[in-house]
Amino acid sequence: MPSKPTHFLLPAVTGALFIALWHGLHLWLSEDLRFLLPTPGAVLGALRDNAAPLVRATLNTTEGALLGFGLAIAVSSLLALGLSLSALVRVSLYPYLMVLQMTPVIVVAPILVLWVGPGLKSVAVITFLICFFPLVVNTTQGLISTDRNLVELFAMWRASRLQQLFLLRVPAALPYFFTGLRIAATLAPIGALVGDYTAGSSAGDGGGLGFQTIIYSSQAQYPALFATAAVTCALGFVFVAVVLGLSWLALHRWHDSYERHDT
Amino acid sequence: MAPPPIVELRDVSKRFSAGPLVLDRLSFAAQPGEFLSLIGPSGCGKSTLLRLIAGLSPLSGGSLRVAGRTPDDAAADLAFVFQEPTLLPWITAGRNVELALQLRGIPAAERRATRRQVLDLVRLGDRADAYPRQLSGGQKMRVSLARALALIPKILLLDEPFGALDEMTREHLNEELLAIRAQQAWTAFFVTHSVAEAVFLSDRIVVLAPHPGRVHSVVPIDLPQPRTEETRLSRAYHGLVTDVSRLLRSVEHAAA
Ligand SMILES: Nc1ncnc2c1ncn2[C@@H]1O[C@H](COP(=O)(O)OP(=O)(O)OP(=O)(O)O)[C@@H](O)[C@H]1O
Ligand SMILES: [Mg+2]
Repeated sequence: MPSKPTHFLLPAVTGALFIALWHGLHLWLSEDLRFLLPTPGAVLGALRDNAAPLVRATLNTTEGALLGFGLAIAVSSLLALGLSLSALVRVSLYPYLMVLQMTPVIVVAPILVLWVGPGLKSVAVITFLICFFPLVVNTTQGLISTDRNLVELFAMWRASRLQQLFLLRVPAALPYFFTGLRIAATLAPIGALVGDYTAGSSAGDGGGLGFQTIIYSSQAQYPALFATAAVTCALGFVFVAVVLGLSWLALHRWHDSYERHDT
Repeated sequence: MAPPPIVELRDVSKRFSAGPLVLDRLSFAAQPGEFLSLIGPSGCGKSTLLRLIAGLSPLSGGSLRVAGRTPDDAAADLAFVFQEPTLLPWITAGRNVELALQLRGIPAAERRATRRQVLDLVRLGDRADAYPRQLSGGQKMRVSLARALALIPKILLLDEPFGALDEMTREHLNEELLAIRAQQAWTAFFVTHSVAEAVFLSDRIVVLAPHPGRVHSVVPIDLPQPRTEETRLSRAYHGLVTDVSRLLRSVEHAAA
C-alpha cells in the first residue's frame, strides 16, 4: 500500500492534468466547434449561475434515490432471507429475478407513470428496480455461504433457528451484503436520474436532475449540462462514500478485506 | 468392578443414502476419563465416527450410547473441536468462548468466570479481547479448545485438532491438553494422523481399517502418567510408536 500523502497527492495530480488537458482540448478546437466542449471555467460559471435550480433538482433526485435505495435494501433483505431457506425456492425464483434485471428501465418507465403517476413515486420505483438485483443476489449468497462446521456447532449447542439466524447467518452474510450495497450505491443516483428523465415531473416541488437535463439540452445550455453531469457524479460519490463508511464501521475490526498492511 | 462405559458402540454401521458402507459394525467402549485415539488411513471413516457420536449424523445400524443416552439426547455432555479453529471472526476470542454458554442461558457473571478460567487453562488469559484474525494459528486452535472446555463436557471429540500446526506447537499443545485433562475429567476421542501424537496422549489407540471402516485392533498404551517431554525420550514410547506405525502400515497395505 502506498503511504498516506501519496494516496491523496497522486489523484490530485491526475485531476489537475485532466483539467489542463480538457482546457487545452477546448483551445485546440476551432472557434465554431468550441461550444461542444465548454472550458472547466465555463462549467464552473454555469454551476454558479444555476445554483438555485441545481440545488433544488439535486435535493429532489436525492430524495427519490434514497427512497428507492432504502426500499431496495429492505425488500431485498427480506427476500434474501426467504431465498436462503431453501434451494427449491431459489431455483423457482431466480429466473424471474433475472427477467426483472434484464428489462430495460426505459421501457418500464411509461408503464410506471400510468400506474403510480409521474414524479417522486415513479423515480423511487425505478431506482428500486435498478438497485434491487445486486442487493438480493449478494445478500442471498452471503446467507447461504455460512461455514458448515459453525452451523453444526450451533446445532450441537441447541441454538434456536432465530439464534442461528441472528448470531451466525446474518453476521456471516454482512461482507456479501456490503458488496451488493456498494454496487447499488453507485446505481441509485443514476437510477433516480434516469427515472426522473423518463418519468419525472416538474409539478409540485419541481423536477430532479433528469428533468434539469431535459431543460438544459432543449435550450442548448451546454455548460449547464456539463454542470449537471458533475453534480450527478458528486451525488454518486456521496452515496458510495456513505456506504464505504458504513461498511468500514461494520467490518473493519474483523474482516480480512480491512486487514492492516505493514508499510 | 469396572464402572459402566461412558460411550458404548455396538455393531455401529453407517452409509450415506445409497452410497457404499462407510462404517461396518464397529464395537468398542470408552471408560469414563479415558483418552482414546482413532487412527487409520484417510477415508476410513474417522470423522464420520466422531460425527455419529456427536449426534450430527444418524446411524444406519447398531446402537450407540453416550452417557447412557442417545447421542442426540446427550448433546449437553458433548463438545466438538474441529481441525480448523471454526471461530466466529466477528467477535473476540473471549466472546467466542462465551457464546455456547450464552445460548445455554447461563448468566453473564458466571460466563465471565468460566471464560477467564478456560482461557487461562490454554494460556491465553491476556488475549480475550483479540479478534480471531489477530491470533496465530496455534492461538486460534487454543481458543477453539477453550470454547469446548467452557462447556465442561463429559466427552470431548477432537477431529485432527492440531493437524494444521507445526510440530513444535503441536507438541506444546499436546502437553497442555494433558495438563488440562488432569483438572477436567472428560473422556476424549481424538482423531489424528500422527502415530507419535496418538501414543503420547492416549490410554488406548483404536486402529481402523478402511473400505468399509472397521476396528482393526485396539492397542493399550501403558506408558506411565503424567506424560511429559521425558516420555518422548523413553524407550517404551519409541517402541510403541514403532509398533503402531507398523500396524498402521499393514492396514494401509491390506487396503491397497
Ligand atoms: N456427507 C457425506 N456424504 C457421502 N459420503 C460421505 C460423507 N461424509 C463422508 N463420506 C464418505 O465417508 C468416507 C469416510 O469419510 P471420513 O471423512 O469419515 O474419513 P476420514 O477417516 O475422516 O478421512 P481423513 O483422514 O481424510 O479425514 C469417505 O469415503 C467419504 O467419501
Ligand atoms: Mg477426517
